[in-house]
Amino acid sequence: MIIRSLLPRFNSTVKIFERCIPNIDSEVVRCTSTAAQSLKVAEQIKFKRKTALLGGGQDRINAQHKKFAGDSVVTGHGLVNGRPVYIFSQDFTVFGGSLSTVHAKKICKIMDQAMLVGAPVVGLNDSGGARIQEGVDSLGGYADIFQRNVLASGVIPQISLIMGPCAGGAVYSPAITDFTFMVEDTSYLFITGPEVVKSVTNVVVSQEELGGAKTHTSISGVAHKSFTNDVEALLQLRDFMGFLPQSNRHPSPIRATDERCDLDVQILDTIIPVETTAAYDMLDVIINIVDEREFFEIMPKYAKNIITGFGRMNGRSVGIVGNQPKVAAGVLDINASTKAARFVRFCDAFNIPIITLVDVPGFLPGVQQEHSGIIRHGAKLLYAYAEATVPKLTVITRKGYGGAYDVMASKHLRGDVNYAWPTAEIAVMGAKGAVSILYRGKTDVERYEAEYIEKFGNPFPAAQRGFIDDIIEPRTTRWRLCRDLDLLETKDLKNPPKKHGNIPL
Amino acid sequence: MSLYVLKRVFRENRFYNLSYKKITPICMCTRVQKRGIYTVDPIDNNESTFSKILIANRGEIACRIIDTSKKMGIQTVAVYSIADVQSKHVSKADEAIFIGPAAASESYLNMDKILEAVKLTGAEAVHPGYGFLSENAQFVRLLEENGVSFVGPSVESITGMGDKLESKRLAANAGVHTIPGYDGIIKDADHCVQISREIGYPVMIKASAGGGGKGMRIARDDQDARAGFKLSTQEAMSSFGDSRMLVEKFIDNPRHIEIQVLGDKHGNAIYLNERECSIQRRNQKVIEEAPSVFLDDETRKAMGEQAVRLCKEMGYYSAGTVEFLVDENRNFYFLEMNTRLQVEHPITECITGIDIVQQMLKIAKGHKLKIKQDDVKIKGWAIENRVYAEDPYKNFGLPSVGRLFKYKEPTHLAGVRCDSGIEEGSEISIYYDPMICKLVCYGKNRNEAISRSIAALDQYIIRGVTHNIPLLRDILTERRFLEGDISTNYLNEVYKEGFKGRQLKTVDKYKLIAIGVCFYATWDSRNRQFLNGPRIKIHEKVLDSWELIVRVEDEDIEVNVSQNNGFFNVQVGQENLEISKADINLANSLILTKINQNEPIAMQLVSRNAHGEYQIIYQGTKYVLQILTKDSVDLLRFMKLKPKLDVSKQVIAPMPGVIKSVSCKVGDKVTEGQELCVVEAMKMQNSMTAGATGTIKVVNIEKDQTVGENDVLIEIE
Repeated sequence: MIIRSLLPRFNSTVKIFERCIPNIDSEVVRCTSTAAQSLKVAEQIKFKRKTALLGGGQDRINAQHKKFAGDSVVTGHGLVNGRPVYIFSQDFTVFGGSLSTVHAKKICKIMDQAMLVGAPVVGLNDSGGARIQEGVDSLGGYADIFQRNVLASGVIPQISLIMGPCAGGAVYSPAITDFTFMVEDTSYLFITGPEVVKSVTNVVVSQEELGGAKTHTSISGVAHKSFTNDVEALLQLRDFMGFLPQSNRHPSPIRATDERCDLDVQILDTIIPVETTAAYDMLDVIINIVDEREFFEIMPKYAKNIITGFGRMNGRSVGIVGNQPKVAAGVLDINASTKAARFVRFCDAFNIPIITLVDVPGFLPGVQQEHSGIIRHGAKLLYAYAEATVPKLTVITRKGYGGAYDVMASKHLRGDVNYAWPTAEIAVMGAKGAVSILYRGKTDVERYEAEYIEKFGNPFPAAQRGFIDDIIEPRTTRWRLCRDLDLLETKDLKNPPKKHGNIPL
Repeated sequence: MSLYVLKRVFRENRFYNLSYKKITPICMCTRVQKRGIYTVDPIDNNESTFSKILIANRGEIACRIIDTSKKMGIQTVAVYSIADVQSKHVSKADEAIFIGPAAASESYLNMDKILEAVKLTGAEAVHPGYGFLSENAQFVRLLEENGVSFVGPSVESITGMGDKLESKRLAANAGVHTIPGYDGIIKDADHCVQISREIGYPVMIKASAGGGGKGMRIARDDQDARAGFKLSTQEAMSSFGDSRMLVEKFIDNPRHIEIQVLGDKHGNAIYLNERECSIQRRNQKVIEEAPSVFLDDETRKAMGEQAVRLCKEMGYYSAGTVEFLVDENRNFYFLEMNTRLQVEHPITECITGIDIVQQMLKIAKGHKLKIKQDDVKIKGWAIENRVYAEDPYKNFGLPSVGRLFKYKEPTHLAGVRCDSGIEEGSEISIYYDPMICKLVCYGKNRNEAISRSIAALDQYIIRGVTHNIPLLRDILTERRFLEGDISTNYLNEVYKEGFKGRQLKTVDKYKLIAIGVCFYATWDSRNRQFLNGPRIKIHEKVLDSWELIVRVEDEDIEVNVSQNNGFFNVQVGQENLEISKADINLANSLILTKINQNEPIAMQLVSRNAHGEYQIIYQGTKYVLQILTKDSVDLLRFMKLKPKLDVSKQVIAPMPGVIKSVSCKVGDKVTEGQELCVVEAMKMQNSMTAGATGTIKVVNIEKDQTVGENDVLIEIE
């Protein structure tokens, strides 16, 4: 009622409520005014409960058009696969899902509670932006949400599912949350819509092109994944939640599995091609290592030269990072570094062990990359790995060259277990590059290259120095990793106390 | 402390499974495999033999030869190209020699390389297997010059029978029935048309040097003849390097029946009865059986004796196969003689108990045949199903490639023999034949052989490549096949519109759905089974019933599932099906269970995902089920349907291969059905035609370019 009195637009609503109480006899009211008051309140509660319990769908839409309680967002908590989750869902049918003070307060309320309880928050976003009629109040509401998003970051998982057009201030909250998913063809994210873009820059662009699912999952990297329709998106989201712990106070979840973890996986032996320059698909390696070939890939269409995603090892959720030799030889560039860095930090924040599969020829050279700050962005990945205290398991499948080798969860960055496949080559750089520096001007290049390959094109130098723990048969990778994860369950490592580190943003 | 002591202290227990479900691995009884099938003329270790042989082949036949050689106490040498580094035949052999790049012409067909390998390893003989150099007289001559034995017939036999014209002449001389045809080389397309008219349509145009269905075309009119001549010539040129063509009368609806023969160097020859190889597609065999349902003892004897006569006439030694076409009146005509070990030799071995490879090795060493014609009997029935990596829905089989991430042969079943050259993790590449395995099933009679084949196919786990099991499985239950009413036109007659997958009966569909929803229920209840982390006690209610809607083959079916007492109770249509919960496992590929505790059923779960899509193999065919809760389906109705992409305006590569020719350029006007380019893969040429009339917008390819499956080659607007 307080909210309503604050908001003029609810006056009419209150009037409707009053008209809706026909049962109370006016005579009785006059006689016993206190009793009448109790009855009136009781009736009001009954009625409101009825309206509140309308559920979703058409009933609710109708009710909201009659301007019933609730404003443009539905909030609450429920269970996903038996675990509590806080959720808010913006309703485009009420003022275009625009954010009012009440709307913001409702969201803040569940977020505060989720933080106290330690349960994830899921947002189903469908909002046109600030409610212009409300003016500065609405902006304040946004800031309240942002503040909570930031405080909750790293405490509870926050997931945004964009299910409709979201513009203006509405896009920043999803951007702060841990994961942003979109629905293809029906959801958009942009700061300013196509009309504004046209009036300001005179560029004609469609909604889809400017901020559709395709744009954000493949070009901008704003969204982490997209789904074909709303139902699929919700079902996939439920499945995805199974990989996450409830909060940073909980361990990485272990779910029952039917897959055995003590068997050799024969196919891993033959994935790496005989020619060291030939490409292969790192996804083949990943899905044959994880349980039941189930791998939830994060950002599958963005910076494809690195793979990130969640899988399970003997039931336990793990984050997997792998260089993808199939795309740009698996090189690390700006996009790949930021993509993986954010993923690694998420895993670290929520106690999810990280498995890193390394086949990296180095950082991408080039004017454009240098000018865009590959040093700064590459440093993010380095920072993320070095900072992470969760179990870090690394398998070098083939190339581990130069600085990129160091970055990819090497032993030196507190890697717990580092394995190399027999095909591994750990060196400062490839033979061609090395020879051109070491033997500059020499004509007998091929001989030196062969010499270099002979000396460094194998995992032995690294093994001799203890930089890798073992050279393993690829087929044994799965059970070894499962064993190591069990062993590292009780790993207790803390970084020095600080306010927070200063990651090169 | 030594490692040994450490190991004693920490007793390694490698079982880390935290799930509490009982796991029942598939039983792999090796005992059954070990029981030998070779009962006639068993290996005599006192007999002299080669000490070391080289197998100039790859894949399953190399493995097959290595097996017998090992039993005979012969050392084996394998050769391999770069693509076969990790192949089964390489690891099986005692020694392996690398002979060059992946392309067969530079490795397995490279005689100098192979000879080098022979010299390097000191092998006394070379077994060529089939294909590659098996019928290459020049190779045999080269070996003889270097004092190496060739496990096969003489140079004269190979040249005599290798040439279709010459072989026909030889056969006619030996008194073997032959097909009417033109006795010479065709000059050009016009000549081909003229000759065809003289013989009378339909005619068969084939490469003189050909075999295995390559470079062969049937022509039913002048236009066919012209086109066929052109394509066959090209194929023959690329496959055999010899473009000579011949034409002969084409016998409609014939059966393809062949006689296996064995001859020694002392003038003895016997026949090991027949094999019926009528079920073919594009002149390549799919299912073979021995004996044939069609032959009576009299015809069998007549065919066998003619075959033996031919051998004796030529002084043929080693194993060979005389192929006959048999018409509906049991008239038989000599087709050709294969002077090598045939792909389908195992079925003859199964019914006669003779190890043909062992006999070949003995003959090559100069021993006399110990087996007399009277020793050759027909014991039981054997069927060979050729399991290929190919898509049976496209033209009865278009090669596919890929890596087998899961592969399990059904050799744990009785009466099943699998001859294969691959294992889990192997890659089926574009360089060689896409055969996965020869699944041979034998039993007391034809029915038993068929039912064993069906069981074996149902339990055959292949993941990673498209394969032709759906087609094989369907043929085995088809009425005409069961009755034995087959001919070389069988596939085109039975599947007039092409193979479309198995048509399920309602009862079977319900079984499929029942298993599908059991998967769903298992998955859904398991999703709540967290083994660590906080417990929300109040919410730990067990979910025990589901209201689901299953969409299969564009039909929505309502299904109720409940669980109690270790069983799933599935209510679908009017039926109630009970399935044991313990049999449903989401990690095992193969599900063997009983419906209502009495009907055994085998299904394979191929894949599943979180939005309810389940791919299940049942009766050989893969079905896609969409299993969702009623609530989800209700909401799904509000979703907008996405427009499908019009693919008729694009020419898409059906398989990976090389562009042989491009016959259009940007701006050309084309009509529907016009040839735009030719893709060659696995030595088969595929003409790609326009799906719609229009103008060429984009040509993404050029000659000799390598393309991947589903690449857009040409776009039309």
